[in-house]
Amino acid sequence: MAQASGGLLKIVVVGHVDHGKSTLIGRLLYDTGSLPPGKMEEIKAMSERRGMALEWSFLLDAMQAERDQNVTIDTTQIWFRTATRDIVIIDAPGHREFLKNMVSGAAAADGALLVVDAREGVREQTRRHGYLLHLLGIRQLAVVINKMDLVGHSRERFAEVENEITRYLGEIGVTPAYVIPISARDGDNVATAASSMPWYQGPTIVAALERFQALTVPVEGPLRLPIQDVYRFDARRIFAGRIESGILRVGDKLLFSPSGRSARVKTIEAWHAPMPVEVRAGQSVGFTLDEQIFVERGEIASHEDRPPMLTTVFRSNLFWLGAEPMEPGKVYKLKLGTREAPVIVQAIERIVDTDTLERRKGERVERNAVAEVVLRARDGKPLALDEYRSIARTGRFVLIDGYDTVAGGVISMEGYPDQRQALTVRSSNLFAVEHRVPRDVREKRNGHRGAVLWLTGLSGAGKSTLAMGLEQVLFQRGFHVYVLDGDNVRAGLNTNLSFSPTDRAENIRRVGEAAALFADAGFICITAFISPYQADRDRARAAAGTSFHEIYVQASLSTCETRDPKGLYKRARAGEIADFTGIDAPYEAPTAPEMVVDTNTLDIAPCLEQLADYVERNLAGAGSPMPPAARVRDKESTAPKR
Amino acid sequence: MQRLDELEAQSVYILREAYNRIDPLAMLWSMGKDSNVIVWLAKKAFFGRVPFPCVHVDTGKKFKEMYDFRTRYAREWGLNLVVGDCPPIEAIDPSLPPAARSAARKTDGLKALIEKHGYQGIIAGIRRDEQAMRAKERVFSPRGLTGHWDVKDQPPEFWDQYKTDFPPGMHIRIHPLLHWTELDIWHYIRREEIPIVPLYFARNGKRYRSLGDQDITSPIDSNAATIDDIIEELASTRTSERAGRAMDHEHEDAFERLRAAGYM
Repeated sequence: MAQASGGLLKIVVVGHVDHGKSTLIGRLLYDTGSLPPGKMEEIKAMSERRGMALEWSFLLDAMQAERDQNVTIDTTQIWFRTATRDIVIIDAPGHREFLKNMVSGAAAADGALLVVDAREGVREQTRRHGYLLHLLGIRQLAVVINKMDLVGHSRERFAEVENEITRYLGEIGVTPAYVIPISARDGDNVATAASSMPWYQGPTIVAALERFQALTVPVEGPLRLPIQDVYRFDARRIFAGRIESGILRVGDKLLFSPSGRSARVKTIEAWHAPMPVEVRAGQSVGFTLDEQIFVERGEIASHEDRPPMLTTVFRSNLFWLGAEPMEPGKVYKLKLGTREAPVIVQAIERIVDTDTLERRKGERVERNAVAEVVLRARDGKPLALDEYRSIARTGRFVLIDGYDTVAGGVISMEGYPDQRQALTVRSSNLFAVEHRVPRDVREKRNGHRGAVLWLTGLSGAGKSTLAMGLEQVLFQRGFHVYVLDGDNVRAGLNTNLSFSPTDRAENIRRVGEAAALFADAGFICITAFISPYQADRDRARAAAGTSFHEIYVQASLSTCETRDPKGLYKRARAGEIADFTGIDAPYEAPTAPEMVVDTNTLDIAPCLEQLADYVERNLAGAGSPMPPAARVRDKESTAPKR
Repeated sequence: MQRLDELEAQSVYILREAYNRIDPLAMLWSMGKDSNVIVWLAKKAFFGRVPFPCVHVDTGKKFKEMYDFRTRYAREWGLNLVVGDCPPIEAIDPSLPPAARSAARKTDGLKALIEKHGYQGIIAGIRRDEQAMRAKERVFSPRGLTGHWDVKDQPPEFWDQYKTDFPPGMHIRIHPLLHWTELDIWHYIRREEIPIVPLYFARNGKRYRSLGDQDITSPIDSNAATIDDIIEELASTRTSERAGRAMDHEHEDAFERLRAAGYM
């Protein structure tokens, strides 16, 4: 029977260029009798035409271009069958610049063969591929030491290379299941045990592959069901997605993250099959809820007692595929499960040299490099995720730059707390009521968009002066505009708050929320607060969403101290004021503001001109086409078919 | 999980991704066994309906049994059927070998249809095990304005994160069956009792293993008259599925040229 007992096994074959991957694959096909009739003759003829000895790798190279260059270009899949199971080989190329093809093939594999040339031993790509297999989450590995015929089938040489590779793999936490000496060209230890190496007692490659386990999905883990879509084809409102971990049952109370909404599973839907009462990891499912709650694509459904973490910042180990290097402050689109969100590179902590495993400081991550990077949610909205080591499928992500996938990474929360408690909304039973005057209608009448212009900078940098000046300029040009200024707000809305760190954060939170309401009402709201912490500004950004414009009013501490309009620096220096920003409390300059105005070098008038220009360019004229970044979101909110 | 359940879950996931991310979207329906399996999977994914048009690029040279099948199941399955014409053979690149030239009519017919309806995504039933060139495909595979496929510069694709961001002028081919084998298809058709065109079953010692245009598709020697027979036959054969498709074999790189130009 065709579907053999061991189940289909997907393996990837990797290793340094010219260490014999393609030859090994050709030999595996031949020795297991998996070649179509006439194929061997075809390859012989092809090799002779090119004046070479029998070239096994031609079996794999379907394309003219590849044959001429004698280099495997892209991932190819080849099926063959042993006595007990069906196997798919994903052939991955050895050339350094083809990393993206290798990860495309290898990420789907159950196990891997890492091929090492017995003469050359462990080389740069041997280590690199070993490291990437580990990063991609491939845990079953057999090391194949090839070309043993060229080292006289030497047991000593085998032991040397075996030592070298197991030591490297050990350092990254990988233990190979087998280390097998072979000669692919002669077929020694490929499918049949070799008489040339009687000292080797382990399995042949075929026997090793038969013992590999097919990848299983984690049924035992906590439930993770990223919502893929919500269908309303008929009276039913069906939530669709694939279970990445755990089990879902009818009647389960589900928690959706990050929204925090919850409801019970009413039915599990199916077509052309009985409706199940229980579905498990690996299945693509659809279910209905007992309550009408708003849940959209990107949320993760879990049980209430074992939810994913919520955070606006996380640490990752990633490989970089982008042509342009990754740099701090750059913004990318994160895809994690079905969620998409903008993230900013907060810090590149270490660049990992996969050859020596050294970790060094670096300002940029170049193509094909591996690095440890801290990423932060650009819009300040929390992300639901897991650590890779606890739940792999919700603990890994890709990054998109423009139209291209530029990175794959795995998540660690080392040094960062779960923010679920801090982010949980205390008031429940809230129902948003919809306005009868939609925001875009307001904006059309006003002739400009509503927005928050958030000025941040040291005391004395010129925030209030610029805010009041800009208000006047914009008002004269017909904009609806209002300034929220520090001292003014503290006299009313925030009169009950002190200058303690907690109350300062609350001060900024309230201002952020109030400013967002102004923007929603169609106003341009200018705020003038020191707002020294990025986390606080991120929260204000989260409140206003895409209407938020962070503007860094830049001036050096010495400039500000010289100006000292309110005499505060003098008092702080004298110790009369504690926790004064710039003196004995930090100011975190924005890493990626929408705009910077430099009051060190420019007078007020040109700064105002720059600000007014910015508003004219970005906010004037409602109903103009949305910027490209908004394309997808726009589609979702207008799609009538759901 | 059983292999067929795993395959089904993966394909359903892919179809749902395509439907959520790409609009307008259409699927190619040739009435062949693979595209019938996709229709079936779509009905599973979307709970009884196929929420995008099913496009048949009609060369006018299909078998009568296939046209009969189209009429019947477009209605029974509630499909939104869109039929597109193909240009005459005289309009096709005369430097192509004869059978490939005939097959290229379909490529041009599809291009015209994509332009007319502005489709951003086309779902096609190709599989990696069919043909060495198709083995190199991605699940979400971008195409330029002309339908051109650049096999040497394909996007990375891993962890089920597919290419759904692409510049204007490009469209995406989506391949929900890429990871299935021919044998998987038959096992699934048997388990789910999916209707198929009767030409797949042997009559007078011959049957069609793959269905294309009448003049460039030939039957194989076979006595397999039931699905069980076919599964048994395939388990022991080592001949390739597309051996009866003339355009694949005219020249070492005939199929590569067809695909690069936009053939499925």
